Amino acid sequence: MSDELKPDAFLSKINGCHHQSPITGWMDTPTDIRKGMYCYAANPKSVEYLSLPHAHSWNPMDDDWKLPDNWKEILHKGFKERLERFRSLKIFMDICVRCGACADKCHFFIGTGDPKNMPVLRAELLRSVYRNDFTTAGKILGRLNGARELTMDVLKEWWYYFFQCTECRRCSVFCPYGIDTAEITIMARELLNLIGLNIDWIATPVANCFRTGNHLGIQPHAFKDMLDFFVEDIEDITGVALEPSFNKKGADILFITPSGDVFADPGTYTCMGYLILFHYLKVKYGLEVTWSTYASEGGNFGFFTSHETMKRLNSKMYAEAKRLGVKWILGGECGHMWRVIHQYMDTMNGPADFLEVPVSPITGTRFENAASTKMVHIAEFTADLIKHNKLELDKSRNDGKIVTFHDSCNPARGMGLLDEPRYVIKETCNKFYEMPSNTIREQTFCCGSGSGLNAGENMELRLAGGLPRSNAVKYVHETHGVNMLACVCAIDRAALPTLMEYWVPGVEVTGLHELVANALILPGEKERDTDLRGEPLASMEGDDAE
Amino acid sequence: MNVNYLFSLLVVVALFLFAWVGAGVWEMKYLFGVFIPYAAFITFAIGVIYRIVNWAQSPVPFRIPTTCGQAESLPWIKQNKIDNPSTLWGVIVRMLLEVLFFRSLFRNIKLEFNAGKRIAYEWEKWLWLAALAFHWSFLAVLVRHLRFFTEPVPFAIQMLEEMDSILQVGLPVIFLSGFALLAAATYLFVRRVVIPQVRYISLPADYFPLFLIMAIAATGMFMRYLTKVDIIRIKELTMGLVSLHPAIPDGVGTLFFVHLFLVCVLFAYFPFSKLMHSGGVLMSPTRNLANNNRAKRHVNPWNYPVKVHTYEEYENEFRDRMIEAGLPVDKKE
Repeated sequence: MSDELKPDAFLSKINGCHHQSPITGWMDTPTDIRKGMYCYAANPKSVEYLSLPHAHSWNPMDDDWKLPDNWKEILHKGFKERLERFRSLKIFMDICVRCGACADKCHFFIGTGDPKNMPVLRAELLRSVYRNDFTTAGKILGRLNGARELTMDVLKEWWYYFFQCTECRRCSVFCPYGIDTAEITIMARELLNLIGLNIDWIATPVANCFRTGNHLGIQPHAFKDMLDFFVEDIEDITGVALEPSFNKKGADILFITPSGDVFADPGTYTCMGYLILFHYLKVKYGLEVTWSTYASEGGNFGFFTSHETMKRLNSKMYAEAKRLGVKWILGGECGHMWRVIHQYMDTMNGPADFLEVPVSPITGTRFENAASTKMVHIAEFTADLIKHNKLELDKSRNDGKIVTFHDSCNPARGMGLLDEPRYVIKETCNKFYEMPSNTIREQTFCCGSGSGLNAGENMELRLAGGLPRSNAVKYVHETHGVNMLACVCAIDRAALPTLMEYWVPGVEVTGLHELVANALILPGEKERDTDLRGEPLASMEGDDAE
Repeated sequence: MNVNYLFSLLVVVALFLFAWVGAGVWEMKYLFGVFIPYAAFITFAIGVIYRIVNWAQSPVPFRIPTTCGQAESLPWIKQNKIDNPSTLWGVIVRMLLEVLFFRSLFRNIKLEFNAGKRIAYEWEKWLWLAALAFHWSFLAVLVRHLRFFTEPVPFAIQMLEEMDSILQVGLPVIFLSGFALLAAATYLFVRRVVIPQVRYISLPADYFPLFLIMAIAATGMFMRYLTKVDIIRIKELTMGLVSLHPAIPDGVGTLFFVHLFLVCVLFAYFPFSKLMHSGGVLMSPTRNLANNNRAKRHVNPWNYPVKVHTYEEYENEFRDRMIEAGLPVDKKE
């Protein structure tokens, strides 16, 4: 559809967010499951592989979703169980006053104008059933108290709208009580998974990851092949032959990053960036960093399935670190991966008492902020190296790039990693411009494709969700000539190029470590005349002109 | 016409009439002056405690603060110690700013599409301002009313009255808080009706407490400034309630019973409603936890073992291909 609908027409359709609310109240407005806005149903084989409940083949467009007979009972029981396990859910179900402060903070509401995409209303979809099933006032007053029974229509509405939330937490920043729609969406998706209603873009990567260690299902030999392919490219560009380590016992550090960067441009250039940095640290300082094929996925689509599935996938990180006997773990650039590591991993799969408190052997810096989890973000690691002058950098090699930085949702709002990547960019690039303040740092806008919604079939949804982000990029593109959008998230690198192509042509997307590797002077390298993408360096173009 | 607010309005009018007729016509003054206040207070106290205990019974399995600034990181990177606290003190300051000054609501901005094409963000602090006026003036009114339940009236309450009547121009003393409360509640209501998005999400349960509070403020101010009720008699009644020697003095007007009844309804309604946000905000896991996740381990009381895919199972499946590719393996065959 995006092929047919031009950006101008797209915007006219949204009609400036001043769309007319439907005449009927939201409880009386039936959900119209529309092509372009939803992802295909989970492949039952994937659901089965994970032994998750009620694997079955179904189609969202059909009337009959082939649910188990007692689906209402399963959901009621599941809801109750989660209320007992999560104070967050109980409180978020109870205390919303519907002030509406969150409404126009959601990228999906901004981009679709659909009132059910207001965070408050998304949550009310669940709350209405909560009130009906679990509160006295709701049982007595019914609809007057915003309560309604769980019916097939309500269930379809849940499925449709809880897979139109990217769990980015922007609404939670503005909520006076910190009500976090991500938390609500997580619970709703857990419930939907109890009756086999996942989407395939999540279920199949999860099954892949469980089996092969990464979402893309890359088997160990192929994983090595792909990195070896980058090694050849790097040799062409720099003249230096790299020898990355795989599954190496006794290495100093285990490195884990999303497999997306191994697989698709422009993430591949970030991946090459990691390889170059590790090679530099090895020859210069003797630091041994190993990759793992078993724990070859930083991301965790289990997080978008259920807490339990998240734990099952995440377990590989510590297990592999233990098996290889490394000192600590270094994590690559990724969004939700870092929310899982930062806020869940130690609690789920710790304590990691077999690892050491991370210390950079090169600078001596002790990463006190990772003392328990024992996993360091590569932006922290590299920022520390640069601060201590341990990297020889030629910033001018990035001069062709006029850079802005997109804070990825999870590192921004689930962690607070804001200034480390900015420091690295400023030390590796001469031209850096911030987007408007309401669209960066903790107020950053989602790419619109997070939380497993990065499929092809829901392109209209993705373009709608990515509109606010693109709009801010467009601003710096027009005012400062920005042509490079940097980010620290693999989903961003997969999703933003599509957005840019549609909304802001002329802007490319890069990871942080692609910029680092462009600037990093490897010992024994030849004079580079292109960047990692094979594009001529700006300084070279200057030479040609002379 | 909006069914949701019409319904709530009718309920408040009905409650008003019920008290008017009950206390004024049927003379059930003991019911309205003693029995209902006690019942409402007990419902309020037990209800609120029950709700908070009920929340507390569910654990916080994961530490999930929403971080709103730079985290504690490398020593040379400046942390935002309030919006992204890593210590208990930071959390306390964050919560105080949240509870006393509505820090998060202060961030509010309004999104506009310029000419339908470009997104822009506009200044929008009215909701924050009205919410602040509403809650603080409500508190001032509440504290002022403690003069009816204390003898002698504590100095602090007298001081508050002094401040509240700072714009004094004559008699009777005019308290700003009452007017601010009524004005703020009216604004919050109007906003609910006028802004299409907010109107669309509003339930009767959102309008009802606003109408109730408006009615309480209006009856209170009516008594104070227009009908001039007999304060001495009323204080006899309220002191009787506090000292557990309830009595109904003669000469207390019907409007007072209506006012008292509406207050009782508000108290009794409180624990069953969204008004519990006052307690809930303190227990919200995205706000009241320190972001020190990687530094200090958080324990989940119901953490349970899960089925994982071990390295051994993985190697068993791929061993041949791993050997062929030159990858190290644990078992050679």
